[in-house]
Amino acid sequence: MSFSSFIVQVLNGLAGASSLFLVAAGLSLIFGVTRIVNFAHGSLYMLGIYVAYSLTESVGGGLGFWPAVLLSAIAVGVLGAVVEVLLLRRIYHAPELFQLLATFALVLVIKDAALWIWGPEELLGPRAPGLAGSVSILGRQFPSYDLFLIVVGPVVLGSLWLLLTRTRWGTLVRAATQDREMVGALGVNQAWLFTAVFALGALLAGLGGALQLPREPANLELDLHTIGAAFVVVVVGGMGSIPGAYVAALLIAELKALCIWLGVVEVFGFTISFSKLTLVVEFLVMAVVLVVRPWGLMGRPQAPSRHAGTVEAPLRPVDNLFKAGAALLLLVLTVLPALTTQTPYVTVLMIDLLIAALFATSLHFIMGPAGMHSFGHAAYFGLGAYAAALLVRSLQLPMELTLVVAPLVAAAGALVVGWFSVRLSGVYLAMLTLAFAQIAWAIVYQWDTVTGGSNGLTGVWPSAWLADKAAYYYLTLVLVILSMLWLKRCLYAPFGYAMRAGRDSPLRADAVGIDVKRMQWVAFVIAGLFAGVAGALFAFSKGSISPESLHVGKSVDGLVMVLLGGLQTLTGGAVGAVTFTWLHDTVARNTEYWKAMLGAIILILVLLFPQGIAGFVRQIIYGKRDEIGGRA
Amino acid sequence: MTLHDQTVLLDVRGLSAWYGAAQILFDVDLQVYRGEVVALMGRNGAGKSTTLKAIMGMLDKRKGTLTFMDRDISEAEPHEIASRGLGFVPEDRRIFTDLTVAENLEVGRQAPRHWPDGKAAPVWTPERLYALFPNLGEMPNRPGGRMSGGEQQMLTVARTLMGNPYLVLLDEPSEGVAPVIVEQMAHMIMELKASGVSILLSEQNMHFAELVSDRAYVLEKGQIRYSGSMEELAANEEVRRAYLSV
Repeated sequence: MSFSSFIVQVLNGLAGASSLFLVAAGLSLIFGVTRIVNFAHGSLYMLGIYVAYSLTESVGGGLGFWPAVLLSAIAVGVLGAVVEVLLLRRIYHAPELFQLLATFALVLVIKDAALWIWGPEELLGPRAPGLAGSVSILGRQFPSYDLFLIVVGPVVLGSLWLLLTRTRWGTLVRAATQDREMVGALGVNQAWLFTAVFALGALLAGLGGALQLPREPANLELDLHTIGAAFVVVVVGGMGSIPGAYVAALLIAELKALCIWLGVVEVFGFTISFSKLTLVVEFLVMAVVLVVRPWGLMGRPQAPSRHAGTVEAPLRPVDNLFKAGAALLLLVLTVLPALTTQTPYVTVLMIDLLIAALFATSLHFIMGPAGMHSFGHAAYFGLGAYAAALLVRSLQLPMELTLVVAPLVAAAGALVVGWFSVRLSGVYLAMLTLAFAQIAWAIVYQWDTVTGGSNGLTGVWPSAWLADKAAYYYLTLVLVILSMLWLKRCLYAPFGYAMRAGRDSPLRADAVGIDVKRMQWVAFVIAGLFAGVAGALFAFSKGSISPESLHVGKSVDGLVMVLLGGLQTLTGGAVGAVTFTWLHDTVARNTEYWKAMLGAIILILVLLFPQGIAGFVRQIIYGKRDEIGGRA
Repeated sequence: MTLHDQTVLLDVRGLSAWYGAAQILFDVDLQVYRGEVVALMGRNGAGKSTTLKAIMGMLDKRKGTLTFMDRDISEAEPHEIASRGLGFVPEDRRIFTDLTVAENLEVGRQAPRHWPDGKAAPVWTPERLYALFPNLGEMPNRPGGRMSGGEQQMLTVARTLMGNPYLVLLDEPSEGVAPVIVEQMAHMIMELKASGVSILLSEQNMHFAELVSDRAYVLEKGQIRYSGSMEELAANEEVRRAYLSV
């Protein structure tokens, strides 16, 4: 831990901050003007690296490095413009979450497109001509290319600042960030402004990626890895603030560098491994910033939007038609194992479907009626699963008791996270829940001695009487149905009315005496509890558990399920979960490129059924009646 | 005894409009001729602002035939309507608070226009607007968010004028500003008229409307109940009591 190694780490941090800033600046710019949180921004970064690689290596002997970097940035910018015109333009008026879902579908499509074009291997690019060597700093070697990157960040920051403050285009962009509709009423065609902003944001991401080529190999994991980091930077800096993005990128990169420099330290007899902290340090920073300054370091509190979104249709009491359908479904589910003894896989798949349905219903419980968009719901699923596994393995608790205790552990986790999260709303709440989920994931992933690290835990089997898959199926069926009925009961109780009142108008709900925050907190814990039930059931059905179960990918699966099903229908979570799991299962077995297929299906669904599948069906069956009811 | 010529600038026929499922306007007909100032009168909630927004295409659902300078704008987007020379000044001002006065004006800037007969339409530059609104001229670099309500009201008018409109839809220019500003607004409207800009303004204040307008329409519950010259309306005690008095 010498001074010179400290300086080198600080410089490393600065170099890292530059590329992080390029991605985050584009993301922030796009969000500021279009209000779309572009999940695919990390994918554009990844494409930047891949395209730069191809341009330098393969195409006809290859271009020079520098032209390749510029060309790939431009190529990604053009792709961004195409995506904006073909897809995003159609969904600017859709609910926020549908826009997220659409951009997430793009992530899947781009990932598989990259797999198809460049293959699964990591591709290491050439060194930058003229900057291949290193310079000596306090006796240590430091790559000259990294020194160059240190300069790039402030240069881009300065150029963006000039562009935004010294040109008519920049003035229009800043005006549109505040009030798009008014800019339109003054004669400016927003559509092209949006396209240009999206193209510029994509170009910055592509440039950030291309410039990374000499530092890290192109690989298919870069997209989600990058978008996670960029989200954090944008939220910490303040949504829409470009200088904020730079400050936040710097702060996070330097804290990471500091952790690496500190390494393993003994404090009061405890050994703390700071280098292991690097995985979570950005999320810790984000959690702290969001609690202290919920709108980010240099952002400003979001003004209440001028457009009170579409009015949510009220949840209707369940009628006889629905009851008959449910009874029929229950009958089918009950006799199913007896009918499919020839194909035992059906029972296994059905268990998966039921667990997914409960997981999605618990998420739907807070997303739909309470309007809290959790991006980290898998954390409680995973907590339930790991708690079950650990209780059975380490404490030798009976499996039946575990099924009661494990969900309580998940609920306890939700109790802590919920306390922080209900202070926020909208995108910020989504990001904070994501941050906590990432922290939970990082702990599980690294705590080898307890959680088994990346390998997870095996040998998590149910009691002997449940060893038969059919028996376990019935246990799952009973628990899932009871859980769902109880959640439904909550929605039609005064508590459910209070939840919906708090969603539709927090101010008015407050004024009639509802403690909105407290009620949201309770709802958050209930949702966590039932995600925990699903998690525990999952652990025993598979016999093993891995960190995958609380990864951000799992949280996103949950979101996709809920949105597919429809946010404002009672059955939305379950219908979406079944559709998603079945699609996943079917598509994954039939093609190597199942992600792209899934992405394409999601895109089609988003464009065709903006109210979700269950919402669509409800409209077909009840459409006429709703209309008459609406006029009465 | 109207001062305008007989060229119809804006012709609205059978305009209906909705907020969500609720219908606000029912078959509204109105015309604005070149060179005149027309007042759209009515109590709070009568549909005055909705009429102006519907003309600008800023509502999700509207029906009817709208013609502006002989071109159909029934289906046009707000930016298309604005770029044809129909300016809109919203009642809630909607200043870009992060942008300076000069930048706010820049957002509204459009190219100079010509009347169909080839004569040049009024052209506005920041300098000319600063002369019309001396307060703005003193603070071109101040952020819009750090101005008084009256100054913001002037800025929002000036910003729309930067688009060199033939006709301005002016939503409640006298609402919520100090009497001295109301006076300046009236003065400003008369100057605009003198320079050849036509105006359709929504107004609750009878005195203000009487001072600046040639003709008036009276709205109640989303329907036109009366139309006539401003003098006739001022003299018609019955109509004023039924639809305008509070």
